[in-house]
Amino acid sequence: MEPATQANAKATTPKLRTKQNQGYWRRFGTFYIMMAPALIVLLMNNYLPMIGSAIAFKQIVYSSNSFIQSFLDSEWVGWENFNYLFSTTDSATITRNTLMYNAVFIILNLVIGVTLALLFNAMRSRRLAKFHQTTMFLPYFLSMVVVSYLVYSFLNPEIGIINKFVLPWFGGEPVDWYAESKWWPFILPIINTWKGIGYYAVIFLAAIIGIDNEYYEAATIDGASKWRQIWSITIPLIRPVIIILTFLQIGRIFYSDFGLFFQVTRNSGILYDTTLVIDTYVYNSFIVSGDIGMSSAAGLYQAVVGFVLVLASNLVIRRISKDDALF
Amino acid sequence: MATVTVKRKRGVNEVSSFSNFMINGFFWIYTALCILPLLLVIAVSFSDERQVLVNGYKLWPEKFSNGAYDFLLSDWESIVRSYGVSIFVTVVGTIIALATMALYAYPISRPDFKHRKTFSFIMFFTLLFNSGLVPYYLMYTQGFHLRDTIWILMIPYFVQPFFVLILRTFFTNSVPTALLESAKIDGAGEWRIFGQIVLPLSLPVLATVGLFCTLNYWNDWFQSLLFINQENLITIQFRMYQALLDITFLSANSTAYSAILAQNPDFQLPTETVTMAMAVVGIGPIIFAYPFFQRFFIKGLTVGAVKG
Repeated sequence: MEPATQANAKATTPKLRTKQNQGYWRRFGTFYIMMAPALIVLLMNNYLPMIGSAIAFKQIVYSSNSFIQSFLDSEWVGWENFNYLFSTTDSATITRNTLMYNAVFIILNLVIGVTLALLFNAMRSRRLAKFHQTTMFLPYFLSMVVVSYLVYSFLNPEIGIINKFVLPWFGGEPVDWYAESKWWPFILPIINTWKGIGYYAVIFLAAIIGIDNEYYEAATIDGASKWRQIWSITIPLIRPVIIILTFLQIGRIFYSDFGLFFQVTRNSGILYDTTLVIDTYVYNSFIVSGDIGMSSAAGLYQAVVGFVLVLASNLVIRRISKDDALF
Repeated sequence: MATVTVKRKRGVNEVSSFSNFMINGFFWIYTALCILPLLLVIAVSFSDERQVLVNGYKLWPEKFSNGAYDFLLSDWESIVRSYGVSIFVTVVGTIIALATMALYAYPISRPDFKHRKTFSFIMFFTLLFNSGLVPYYLMYTQGFHLRDTIWILMIPYFVQPFFVLILRTFFTNSVPTALLESAKIDGAGEWRIFGQIVLPLSLPVLATVGLFCTLNYWNDWFQSLLFINQENLITIQFRMYQALLDITFLSANSTAYSAILAQNPDFQLPTETVTMAMAVVGIGPIIFAYPFFQRFFIKGLTVGAVKG
């Protein structure tokens, strides 16, 4: 509302603005000013493009210079873009790859992350624990471009560490890593865990450190073993954090780390059958091939299925334990 | 040593010496795995190209050489400019992002704010549903006409719902409500409470989120890939990406390579060492900034429930 119209509204309808309402604005008006910048960014970055999702149901024809005008003039074609997308074999491949990789990533992050956090907590020397935390977090700080360089130094077919030193040492034959797709389902989870695990371990550790020591003291007096304490005290008490993090990842199970699949595999076409995921597919078909209809259909498919999965997993959590559900 | 050692009393949660030893051993191996790749890159960047081609990558340069850096320095203007763009985007972007997110997280952390849940929902819904690349791209290019501007490198990272969640959790748990109440009674306005009470108490979380924003900006190449074509707006990460692409392109396309050779018969592309030198240039500052932020992590990274 512009100030002028607001003043008008005030003047014409004085009865509508109850006392309570005035108190509300006097009390919380500042909050709205505080939240305005973020709301503007959310509108630009998230909510306006959501309206643009309708593009998936259109056949874009460039009728005028302004794209928005062209968008409005373009014909509605219903599910045509989707039919076209699902008639290709690509759609099955990218769905399978996206889900499989993410499932593996989620399990690895959870299991290894919690394990490392427990080990950190068990270390006697606080200073050593701090040091190892610092080094473990290091890969998290590298951009995917840098990681792709590092991976290349290992996998370079002629002079990479693996082909030059590691494989000969075991008596194996050199492998042309960037031309054989069958190895990537093992390579990518290793890289993803190596890069991200420090982050998960620290979040879990923060939760473990927050646990009151009295629980453990009581358990020790009762004669509970170390394993028993981990199983019956630590894990249950960090369960909310585990659930939130896993849940956030399940909500993103249809989304991939674009950098990992684009940079590290060097977007190499030979590897697509095991490395193409929905994100890289949308990028390739939109930016590289310029196929707006197909790529926006793939994008919307990704968003809607992802959303349904979030709701479903929340429902499951509600069934298991209502307190841990997100909404 | 004939001193009397006082036997340390074992704490409740102390593991046995043997397991402690095993855990330590494990972590030393893990630490090596995290650090060695970086050392490898640094070592290769200082090696002699020919040695590398013959003997492969080594953790210690067999023949020390500045060749790769000399080659990069011949193009120093573009590298310095890219650094400039990256530093500007990182500093300005982080400050704006942190202010924007903290100002949003504070109202939704206040239990007495009636529409807390609505505004939490507006924020966190974007975590669950987004428009995908195509409308996003078209909105910024055709709607806002921000292609090839410095702003497109910053705006998309101003608000990250997950960081807002972390900030809100901290405000909720670590700022005593009684303190806010008494400040209110003393007649402090919301801005004053936020600036003089909430923010000073929240340094750990501000440092943590600030560091993550810094990382977002410094390491980002995706926005550049989508929106930047202008030479003078290329960030250091995007330049690295292009360098790797060019070199791959040159080594894969022998025709392009022979065209260069035809022009300059002595031309030797120091590909391996130069790519690694480029990586060192790109890693640079972030590694030094990192230990300073480290100590705030544990305090700042407590993730609370999404529910208001």
